[in-house]
Formats: sequence, structure tokens, C-alpha cells
Amino acid sequence: MTDLTSAAALERWRTQLADASSRPPRRITICGGRSCDTLASGTVRAALEAALDRHDLRAQADVVTTGCPGFCEPGPLVVVHPERILYTRVTPADADDIVSRTIGQHEVVDRLLYPDARTGQGIVHEQDVPFYREQQRMLLLNSGVIDPHRIEDYVAVGGYRGLARALSEMSPDQVLAEVSRSGLRGRGGAGFPAGLKWERCRRAQGDQKYVICNADEANPGAFQDRSLIAANPHAILEGMIIGGYAMGASEGYVYLRHDHAPTIETVRLAIAQCREHGLLGRNILGSGFDCDLRIHLGAGAFICGEETALIASIEDRVSLPVSRPPFPAQQGLWGKPTNINNAKSWASVPHILANGAEWYAGWGTEQSKGTTVFSLNGAVNHAGLVEVAMGTPLRHIIDAIGGGIRGGKRVKAAQPGGPSGGCIPESLLDLPADYESLAEVGSMMGSGGLIVMDEDTCMVDVARYFTAFNAAESCGKCTACREGVSQMHTILRAIATGDGEEDDVALLEELGQAIKDGSLCGLGKAAPNPVLTTIRYFRHEYDAHIRDGRCPAGVCRLPARDGIGEAAAAV
Amino acid sequence: MDMDIDMTRVGAIIDRHGAVRGSLTGILLDIQEAYFHLPADALVEVAERLGVPVAQVYAVACFYKAFSLEPRARHTIQVCTGTACYVRGSSLLLAEVERQLHLTPGQASPDGAVELETVTCPGNCPAGPVMTVDGVWRGRVAPDAVATCIEPHVTTPEAAPHD
Repeated sequence: MTDLTSAAALERWRTQLADASSRPPRRITICGGRSCDTLASGTVRAALEAALDRHDLRAQADVVTTGCPGFCEPGPLVVVHPERILYTRVTPADADDIVSRTIGQHEVVDRLLYPDARTGQGIVHEQDVPFYREQQRMLLLNSGVIDPHRIEDYVAVGGYRGLARALSEMSPDQVLAEVSRSGLRGRGGAGFPAGLKWERCRRAQGDQKYVICNADEANPGAFQDRSLIAANPHAILEGMIIGGYAMGASEGYVYLRHDHAPTIETVRLAIAQCREHGLLGRNILGSGFDCDLRIHLGAGAFICGEETALIASIEDRVSLPVSRPPFPAQQGLWGKPTNINNAKSWASVPHILANGAEWYAGWGTEQSKGTTVFSLNGAVNHAGLVEVAMGTPLRHIIDAIGGGIRGGKRVKAAQPGGPSGGCIPESLLDLPADYESLAEVGSMMGSGGLIVMDEDTCMVDVARYFTAFNAAESCGKCTACREGVSQMHTILRAIATGDGEEDDVALLEELGQAIKDGSLCGLGKAAPNPVLTTIRYFRHEYDAHIRDGRCPAGVCRLPARDGIGEAAAAV
Repeated sequence: MDMDIDMTRVGAIIDRHGAVRGSLTGILLDIQEAYFHLPADALVEVAERLGVPVAQVYAVACFYKAFSLEPRARHTIQVCTGTACYVRGSSLLLAEVERQLHLTPGQASPDGAVELETVTCPGNCPAGPVMTVDGVWRGRVAPDAVATCIEPHVTTPEAAPHD
């Protein structure tokens, strides 16, 4: 174990770690991400280890459980390195073949390969699978490669190089300028320029400042932040330490959900490793900068995604948002200047510092730099974690990466931003996924959920579903949100069950505007989005429910009325 | 229905968190895990030790989904009704679980053995529809596989899940 007293010591350690002479030549990685774990990847790992013992091949390969590389759909995933042979839907019964043939004989086990959608031929290498090939990976580059429980793995792939550069070569102001020049914008959804936010915190007066990573992620259909932090926890910690240095914050919190013990343990271990190696604590890398981070567990409330509500929850209070200003940068946790960023924002920072602002700004569009990670979900063939440069058209994400729509059906809409996002119709899917373009059509970038809907989806039902979620999760502080969203849900339920009235759509629009105007926080302001966009782009579906007593997608169960329902059903 | 609780155990939980500001949620999460609910006596003790009003502790205990003032059942079955599971048929799965357990979401069996709840998105969407049995996730659960998921866990009431 090394106590890293300087940037040079870190580089020496990296050089030592690069020496592969003591390691087996091959490595079998098994995905321990949330989906693969749910599909019992742990039993596959045990079977692989038993097979290595049985065939006496321990010297030829080791087995590592990684975080989520993203290709969740055909999990559990096993990859044999260094060739990167990808095996999909692996069961314990397949372990013997993988070990005896691929490790023992250098043969590929054809039946476990992922079949090419067009030819049906098995694709041997991970990097040739369209799902991966069509992405631009920065934040996810090492997910599925490194062991998240070993700081050595992170350091070996260049980890903490950005921190070393910041602490040994740059002043806090220079770090701040670098982040500003990179064009990084907050990945929690709002897209506020990170440099400006940091600047505000740096300039604020305070004997103590805090940095916070928001990884609460309570949106249904989104799992990118949890997956990222579980697959590569040190990337987020490194970003936070760099941020602490730039803003003068010596303490910080990683805000995690309480309900996944393995992720909490992974982050706890990563923090302990940093302390042990002198990357957290006093005099980090001999720079004189002190910083420590700890975990705070959220007890389950969607509102904690809002930064002032998140602060309240750390302060032992009910998490109700408060009006800004004062911004957390001026008066945040315990009244001290505080900077909160999303997990993806923090994970971007080490790349900016290690490679430079210009390199980072080379990714993405004029106004939206870098990459972002989506939880691609719903009616696509390949659901999973996807990283693309900002501004990549949604259609590319759905078709080229997601493999198009299941069952050869047609795409109807896509919804970024979870329950706060708007539904974007098929005709607009060539829009670049960036903050401005999505906001223009009534949706939002959001924090990373991306739900794809096919022709069998009823948009009234979708609006009803998200509105039920938003009504249940309203913190109750603002009347417009608390009462308004509930009333919207009542109206939508009536429409979906055949009790809709002609004026209901106009009423929903009026209510939606009132909720936007009368809510304090971003979650309340965004709550009407699913309703307003489905009205804007799918008005005919509302009309069909209300006027004709008919659900065009056949999802809602509407009672037959005066022959109209029967006539529609007969068509 | 409050039970006699061992306050030394509550005290040990508070000690472990250091009884400092910012530790309330963590303390309550641990008490919830130990007792399957937040006993009133424990809330009073926590308030005293942290030096905050009981009303504040009570408000927090009522606000967050992880907490319950009434004892929860020994076994918990969760079905995800999040967006991705929903589009993958979680409503059929939930209906089958309801049928087999004779419970609706939020209900516990009269003997306190099993409780059914719905959750929105534990984040393993591509494996959906998903359900948990005592915290263990099961993915791609077809309605006809429900019985085999539930049985091994819920037919042995003496097996306490959290010990």
C-alpha cells in the first residue's frame, strides 16, 4: 500500500501497476451491474471460478466482477480479455465451455455470441457490436473493464491524473477557468454552466464550504447515475476532490439512495481507499489541500433531486425546497457555501483536467459540450446504458444503438427526462439531443432517462402514468403542485376510463400553466410536461378517448357507448 | 401496536452514527432495519440524543418512503411499477402476485408474515419486469413463474430476513 505524497508518487504507482508480469495473461469479466445481477450473474461468476479450478487454468485467467458496461438487454454478460470476446445470456452451465474452450483452447463459443440483427451471424468482439460501436464513450469508457472495488484498477487506466495535474500544476482559479472553458453544463437536467456555478461558490464568503454529489436518482426508468457510480466510483470522487480544490471546499457528501446496499458498500470502500492512499484527508498529494468526503443516504423522496430539498434532507429535516436566492453557492448546507452537481457532471471533471478544456469541448455541439449518458428504455431492442456526444439525434440513439423497435413495430414517441420530461413525437426524433433543442419542443434533457414508446402505447395512458407518479411525489409545499397535479391526474383518469368531457383538454392546459407558474421548484414546474406535450403532439388521441369513446392504441378500457364503442371495436 | 424495544440497541445505533448533526436519516434507517418500523420510544430517544424536537424527528419519519411507524411484515414482496417495467408487463405480474398472496399493494397478511408493495424503479430496467422477495431481485418474471419466486421465501415464517 502506498501513501501518495506527491503527483510523482502517483505516477510511480501507476507505472508499477502497469507491470503485468505477475498477472495471468487473460481476464474474464462478468457484469455485476444491476440488471445482470438481477439475472443472477453472481452464480455465473461462481461457476467460472469453479471451472478454472477444475481445468487447472487459474494461471491463465482471473475473474473480475465489474460494474455495468451498458449492454443490459442480453445479460448476464461475460467478456474475455484482452481480445474482448463478448458472451451474452450466459448461465452457470456455460462456464465450463468458456473456460475449457476460450481460455484453454483459444476457441470462440459460437452459441454465446450476440447475433448480428441482419445476418444472424455471431459477433465475436464487444467493440464490433453496433450497440457499443455507435456510442461515444468517455464516462462509461472504463465501466465493465475495471473492478470498482480496486483503486488500483482505476489508477492503472489513468485515474487521479486530473487531480494530480490540478493540485501540482494549477491554482484553484486556473482549475475553475479550465472547467468554465470546457463548457461543461450540469447533467442533473437543468444544464446550468458548471463553471459559473463553481465560480459563485468560490467567490462566496465562508469559513467552511461543501461539495455534494447528487446521485439520488429517483426517476422511474433512469438508472444511469447509480450504474455509473457503482461501476466507477473513483471517477466521481476524483471530480469532487478537484471541485473541492477549485472552490475551497474541504468537506463533501455523496448523496446515495438507501436501497441498494452493494452500491453503498462500493462507494464506502472507494472513500476508504482514497483515505488510505492520501487522496482524501490532509495534504492531498503533498499539495497542502485538505478534503474529506462522506456518504449520506437518502430515505426515499423524489423531491431530493432538487438541490435545496437535498440540502434540507442532509440537515435532518423534511426535504422541502426553498426559494432561491440565496443560492446554495451562497448559503447552502448548514448555511455555508455549497456546490451540488449531478454524478455525471462530477465524473466529467477528471477528463477535463486530465485532457484539457479544449479536448473536452471538442465533444458535443456549440452550446452543449461533452457527452451524456442515457438509460435507454422501453420499446427498443437493446435497452441499456448509452453514452453519446451531446447533440446526437435521438433517432440515432434509438435505431443505431438501441437496435430499433421490438417486434418490428414503429416508434411513436420518445421521452427524455422521466416524469418531468415531455414526449417527443416520431416526426421530431432527428432533433439533436441537447438542452436547447429539447426545451424548444417542450421536453428537456433531464438527468438521463430515455423511454422509447411504440405504436401500441397510448399517450393518454402515458400522461396519466407519469402524472400519478408526480402527484404521489409532490412534496406538498406549493399548492399549485400539490393540488394541481392531483387534479390533473383525476381528469386524466376520467379520460382514460371513458368519462372525459369536451372541456377537459383545455382545463388540463390551463392547470398545467398554473402549475408551472405557481410552483417553487423545478420538479413542480416540470410536472405538467408529460401532459402538455402529449396534448400538443397527440391531441387526436385525447379526442378519440373523449369524443369517440375509443383508445386508438387499445390500451385504455373504455366502456362501449351508444353503439360508437362497438362500431370502433368492430373495425 | 408497539412492542417493548431494547433501548440499548437504539442507543448503540445512535452511538455508531456519532449523534452528530446530519445523522438523523442514517440513524432512522438503521432503526427501521432493526425493528421493521420506527417505534415511538425510539423516536423520542433519537430526538433527545440529537437535541432536536421530537416533532422534527416525527416529521422526517413520516415524510420519507423508507420509514414506517407501524411494524412491517417479516417478508416483503415488491413489484416494480416503474416506467420500464410497466411497458414490459408489470401490471400482469402484479395481478398474479396479488392473486397468489390475496393481498393488494400496501397490505400485509393478517398474521404479519408477508407484505406486498409496489416500488418505482430500483434501476434494473432492462431485466424488467422485476420483483423482489425479501430484497433479492428477480428479473424477467413471467406471471407463471411467480409461485416459484415466492414460495421458498414465504412458506417458512420463522426465517427472519434481516438477521
